[in-house]
Amino acid sequence: MELTGAQALVKSLEMQEVEVIFGLPGGAILPVYDPIIDSPIRHILVRHEQGAGHMAEGYAQATGRPGVAMVTSGPAATNIVTPLADAYMDSIPLVCITGQVATTAIGTDAFQECDTTGITLGVTKHNWLVTDAADIPHVVREAFHIATTGRPGPVLIDFPKDVANATMEWYWPDGVDLPGYHPPSHADPVAIRAAVELVLAAERPVIYAGGGVLKSRASEALRELVDLTGIPVVTTLMARGSFPDSHPLCLGMPGMHGNYTAVTAMQKADLLLALGSRFDDRVTGKVSAFAPGAKVVHVDIDKAEIGKVRRPEVAILADCRLATEALVEVIRTAGPVDHSRLAPWIATLQRWQAEYPCTYDRSEHGSAGAVTGGAGRRPTLKPQFVIESLRASTPPDTILVSGVGQHQMWASQYWSFEYPNTWVSSGGLGTMGFAVPAAIGAKVGRPDRMVWAVDGDGCFQMTAQELATATAERIPVKIAILNNAYLGMVRQWQHMFYEERYSEVYLSPDLPDYVGWAESMGCIGLRVESPEEVTPAIEKANEIDDRPVVIDFRTDSMEQVFPMVPAGASNDDIVVYQSQSASNPEALQ
Amino acid sequence: MSPDQRQYGPRHRLLSVLVENKAGVLARVAGLFSRRGYNIYSLAVAPTDDERFSRISIVVDVESSPLEQVVAQLDKLINVVEIGELHPDEAREAELLLVSVSADAGQRSQVIQLVGVFAGRIVDVGHDAITVMVAGTPEAVDDFESLMRPYGIAGLQRTGRIALPKLDEKLSASGALAPAADIA
Repeated sequence: MELTGAQALVKSLEMQEVEVIFGLPGGAILPVYDPIIDSPIRHILVRHEQGAGHMAEGYAQATGRPGVAMVTSGPAATNIVTPLADAYMDSIPLVCITGQVATTAIGTDAFQECDTTGITLGVTKHNWLVTDAADIPHVVREAFHIATTGRPGPVLIDFPKDVANATMEWYWPDGVDLPGYHPPSHADPVAIRAAVELVLAAERPVIYAGGGVLKSRASEALRELVDLTGIPVVTTLMARGSFPDSHPLCLGMPGMHGNYTAVTAMQKADLLLALGSRFDDRVTGKVSAFAPGAKVVHVDIDKAEIGKVRRPEVAILADCRLATEALVEVIRTAGPVDHSRLAPWIATLQRWQAEYPCTYDRSEHGSAGAVTGGAGRRPTLKPQFVIESLRASTPPDTILVSGVGQHQMWASQYWSFEYPNTWVSSGGLGTMGFAVPAAIGAKVGRPDRMVWAVDGDGCFQMTAQELATATAERIPVKIAILNNAYLGMVRQWQHMFYEERYSEVYLSPDLPDYVGWAESMGCIGLRVESPEEVTPAIEKANEIDDRPVVIDFRTDSMEQVFPMVPAGASNDDIVVYQSQSASNPEALQ
Repeated sequence: MSPDQRQYGPRHRLLSVLVENKAGVLARVAGLFSRRGYNIYSLAVAPTDDERFSRISIVVDVESSPLEQVVAQLDKLINVVEIGELHPDEAREAELLLVSVSADAGQRSQVIQLVGVFAGRIVDVGHDAITVMVAGTPEAVDDFESLMRPYGIAGLQRTGRIALPKLDEKLSASGALAPAADIA
């Protein structure tokens, strides 16, 4: 069967069981958009190529399947570099297809030409410039294989226009021929036994669960390991939802804005069992002062992560799920585990949890019942209260998406995650503007789930145009803007570290008019200014299922994210919420 | 850089990297070194006897970044097939030098004598200069270069270090390269 290169590309995507492409056509990719009309693959027309990339990421995070984005050459390719970099940092499987000028024009500074493979070299797991139509099927097959196996990540196929127009004899390869690519899978039994020895001997162990737990679908195995051993778990920003927050041994999020117990448990631990986590600087704080008394067992599928930051006592180079299952297996055969050994440790953790929960000043203003302030003044709306109310009014399996900044930290702190793949956020790269498109992608992947994005006013302005996409494609996402009229996290740093000299962080609560903007894009727009309006507005939004909803929550500009470990400081120097440090001075020890 | 600094010291380690012979592979390797902040001291690349593969010999400065991390990151490149470290005492190393030396009629015979000592070859002769090619161990090439300096060097190009394992009984079992996994 003779096909054009463009037809072969679309057919190859069909062979990979792609159900949706997020994209935007243009000159060099035009040939591929013609067979798209006849393909069963759904195409979602974005308003900006960055949106296509983040939608593909949201889709991948919510479904565990690779996201696919397709854009044209030149500026379209550069516009999608940010999502590629984001996906590379957070190990999200993405297949990005870019148009390219004809091979005969490459290198001549042709219209909309750029060196896409060169530009994306450092932000993709691998990329290809296809120069022969006959290569298309095996390149596509390799691309999906590389994106989804080992440590997942984004890949890019650059597709010149003349290759798209050329013809080839269709075939589908049996497998891939990648002599330099052999991702690890099973764990070395010797390393597993060494790890088990440490696990069973530890008196203050902590499981440090990272994004690899979700990527490898190890949640169930992790649950078994915890129930078997009684070891408490911290879940990093990338691992929220991998272990239920409601579990008594879940300590929540560690790191710069982690809760006191999660941070301090790691500091005081005698064993860290790192599962698919990478000792990121936001988790470790000052590395030389991080978990000084802990031995480390590091499970990771990426050899370069093992020993990159902290040298482990036991390294397990393996798929996180397979390694966790192997640990469970070996511990189980060793006989019943004595949980009483850990009792003093668990008691200490419970005491910390009771003394230093994540908190904010509900008593002064915040909750609906606490109407304070002078006559005519409305009580301040606390951002944390909005998150708590949202959690209380939505189904347990709601997918929560966030942008980057204060709202992201509050979302992670105050949301209670019960299921894997219910949290979609930009971790490593910290990409403002992630939430709106990622939420759209998540909803496309999981139309059965309620999808809420919590966004900041700064973030929202970066990618809000994709709500037009959502309306046009009938993708009913819900966006809660925590509108504090500032680039809040930057403001917080200027408050704490730059003597309250606020430089270029004020955005105004009314410019733009978020409700008017939402409505102009076909969404329902709501505004909430006081605590008692919060839950009714959320409930109203939950009832709308035929179009996107945007709620403009006017939140307290002064509110800051605590606890906080200042950048570069030791995790021992965690700063808790003001009221806690006042009543419990030893919290600052 | 003074000649003394050019000596291969303990901070320099030689990696022999087998890569797929595909367009852009060198850019991937060089780009990785640059974005991770690793320093390349020298780099030589050419196809192997199997046309599907090329071999890149890289001398890495390990003072700023541990070799283990460099190897692990390199290994993540899809087109990198095999990485081994060649220890100087287990390898035959060679480098080629081309140098144009100022040598008027009075000095020419001294230069030619030194070229003879190093088994070099004169590849070009001008009125006031000659161009010499010397191949040898990197240390011998270093020595020759420093001997030429007093005469005045008009142009100089070295290939960078290339190497193969010694055909030693010790190496026969492994076939040569220390696998990347064993590199500490």
